[in-house]
Amino acid sequence: MADVSTLNTAAVGSDAVRPTLAPGPRGRKPKRVLSRRNIMLYGILGLAALYYLLPLYVMVVTSLKGMPEIRLGNIFSPPVEITFEPWVKAWAQACTGLNCDGLSRGFWNSVQIMVPSVIVSILVASVSGYSLANWRFKGSELFFSILIIGAFIPYQVMIYPIVIILREMGIYGTLTGLIIVHTIFGMPILTLLFRNYFASLPEELFKAARIDGAGFWQIYGRIMLPMSLPIFVVAMILQVTGIWNDFLFGVVFTRPDTYPMTVQLNNIVNSVQGVKEYNVNMAATLLTGAVPLIVYFVSGRLFVRGIAAGAVKG
Amino acid sequence: MNVVPMQFSKANHSVSVRDLTLSFGALTVLGNLNLDIHDGEFLVLLGSSGCGKSTLLNCIAGLLEPTEGQIFIKDKNVTWEEPKDRGIGMVFQSYALYPQMTVEGNLSFGLKVAGMAKDEIAKRIARAAEILQIEPLLQRKPAALSGGQRQRVAIGRALVRDVDVFLFDEPLSNLDAKLRSELRVEIKRLHQQLKNTMIYVTHDQIEALTLADRIAIMKSGVIQQLADPITIYNRPNNLFVAGFIGSPSMNFLHGELVEEGGRTVFRTNNVSFSLEGYDTSEMLEAGRKVVLGVRPEHIKVDGDLAGEEAHEAVVDIEEPMGADNLIWLKLAGHTISVRVGGARRYAIGAQVRLGFDMTMASLFDAGTEERI
Repeated sequence: MADVSTLNTAAVGSDAVRPTLAPGPRGRKPKRVLSRRNIMLYGILGLAALYYLLPLYVMVVTSLKGMPEIRLGNIFSPPVEITFEPWVKAWAQACTGLNCDGLSRGFWNSVQIMVPSVIVSILVASVSGYSLANWRFKGSELFFSILIIGAFIPYQVMIYPIVIILREMGIYGTLTGLIIVHTIFGMPILTLLFRNYFASLPEELFKAARIDGAGFWQIYGRIMLPMSLPIFVVAMILQVTGIWNDFLFGVVFTRPDTYPMTVQLNNIVNSVQGVKEYNVNMAATLLTGAVPLIVYFVSGRLFVRGIAAGAVKG
Repeated sequence: MNVVPMQFSKANHSVSVRDLTLSFGALTVLGNLNLDIHDGEFLVLLGSSGCGKSTLLNCIAGLLEPTEGQIFIKDKNVTWEEPKDRGIGMVFQSYALYPQMTVEGNLSFGLKVAGMAKDEIAKRIARAAEILQIEPLLQRKPAALSGGQRQRVAIGRALVRDVDVFLFDEPLSNLDAKLRSELRVEIKRLHQQLKNTMIYVTHDQIEALTLADRIAIMKSGVIQQLADPITIYNRPNNLFVAGFIGSPSMNFLHGELVEEGGRTVFRTNNVSFSLEGYDTSEMLEAGRKVVLGVRPEHIKVDGDLAGEEAHEAVVDIEEPMGADNLIWLKLAGHTISVRVGGARRYAIGAQVRLGFDMTMASLFDAGTEERI
C-alpha cells in the first residue's frame, strides 16, 4: 500500500503547476480597528453602560461621604473624606419608626424567608416538571395549561383571598405563611422551566432507566438530577432574586417584626426624623441590593460551568 | 429455490404478540398484529420510518401500553408487567448511556437497583466486559468513548441483566458506515455465542438481510411478509416488499397477460416476454393486468445468454460501482437496470440483448399488488 500512495503523490506533484501568487489581495482581509462601524458600536455600548452605571456610582460615593460634604450638593464628586459611618448606621442603628436596630433585622428575616422558599419551591417544581415531562398521566397537559395560566393572573387579584386563607389557617403574619405564598407563586414559571428542560433530555435515557428497573424516584434522583445542574442554577437565580427583591408579598403578609429587608429599607428611607440622611439611605439601599448582586456574580460563573459540564453527548 | 426454514417446536415461543392494537386517540399505529418469535431466533423488524416497528418493540419492552391485545414472553403473559419484570434487555439508537456514570456504573446501575450482591455484580460486569472487549474502558465516562464503544457498552448493559430476550432499536443507525458493518458482524457473533432471542428493529435492509433468521417487513402497522431473508429477497409477497428490499431496486414493468401461440405471456408496450420457468400455483389467465418484477442481477446480457428468449435494448447510463457495474437501459419504453460484473463496460447508446431469468422473477397483480 505504501508504495502506491507515494506513487500517487508523486503523480499529483508532477501534474500540479506550482502557482506564483499574483499581486493584490491575499489571505485574510485586514480589518481596521477605528472603522465607522466600530466607533458606532462601542460608542453606543459605552453610553448605555454609562447611563446604567452612573446612578450606582452616585450611590456609592454618596454613601461614603459625611453629611456636611453631601450638603455641598456635588453629587458626582468623589468623597474628600471616606467614611464608613453611614454603612454601620444603616446596618445597625437606622430607625424604622418603631425600633432603631437598622437593616440587620430585615436581613435575617429575608434570609429566613428566602432559604426555605427557594429550596421548597425548586424541589416541588422540579419533581412536578419531571413527572409532567416523563410520566404523562391522563389530563397532564390540561393540568400543565392551568398551571401556566396561573402565571398570567396579576398578583394583586389574589392578595385579598390569600390573606383570608392564611388568616383562617392561623398563619397570617408569620414567616411560614409568606414562605408558602412564595413557593406557590414560584410554581408556574419554575414548573415550566423544569418540564421543558426534562423534556429536552433524550427520552431513550428515561426508557433505559425503566428497563433497568428504576422507579419514579430513582430515575429522578439518580438519572435526571445529576444531569440537570444548569437548570437548577437557573431556577435558583430566578427564585433568590425574585424572593429577595419582593416587596408586595412582604408588606402584605408579614408584621413589622418579621418585615423582610426590602420593606424595612422602604421604612428607613421614608421615615423622616429631622434631617434626611442621604448617605445612610444610599448605604441601606446598597446593602439590600447586595445579595442579588452577589448571586448574579457567583452563580453566573457557576452557571456557565454547569452548562459546560452538562453538555455531554450520550 | 429450495429454502429449508429452521425448525422450531411449537411450544418454544420466546415472544408472542397476540392481536396487538395500539392507538393514540384516532390514530391507529398497530392494528391487530400477531407475531410469534421462536426461542433463540434473530428476528428483524424492517420498515421505513413511521411504519410502527419501533412502536411494536416498545410495546414488547413494556415502555408503551397497548390499547388491546396481549404479549407473552417465555409463555408468561406480561401485558401488564413492568419493563424490568419482563426479562428483557434493550439497546437504543442513541446508546442512552447515563452520562454522569462511568461505564462500570452504567453496567451496574440496573443490578444495583435490583439489589444484587456486590460480588455477583462484579462477576457479571467482568463477563460482559470480556465478551464485548470493553475491559479497558470500565472506568471511563461515556463522553470519553467513541460511538462504537458507546454502543458496545449499551449492549453490555443489556448483557449483564442476563435476560432471555434482547431488543435492539436501530442500534447501528448513529454510526458511520465502516463501524456499522463491523458492529453488525459483532452482533451476529454475539447471537451465535449467546443464542438468546433477539428482536432487532432497523430500516437498513442490509442489516436485516445479513443478521436475521427471519425478517418481518412492516408498513403502516401491518406485517407485509414474515419469512427468512432469502425468501423475502427472492419471493416477495407483494409489490411493497419487492420494491423495499434490494438495492439497486427491482425493475418493475407494468403490462398484462396475453395468450400467444397457446401459452400465456407477459406483454408490455407491444413486446412479449415468455413466462417459461415462472413458478406459481395460480392460473395465469389472459387479460389480467400485472406487474413483472425482475432484479437487476437476474437479467442476462449478451454473452451470458444461452439460447433463451432475448430482447433488444439500448444502453442509457452506466454506473460503475467497483465490484459491479450497473447499467441502465431502454427496453420497450421502460428504463431498467442490469447488474453486470465490474469489468464489463458498455458505451452509451450501444445495442445489447437482454434475457430475463423468469425462475427468479416475480409477478404481481396490478390491482391487489399481491404476488401471483
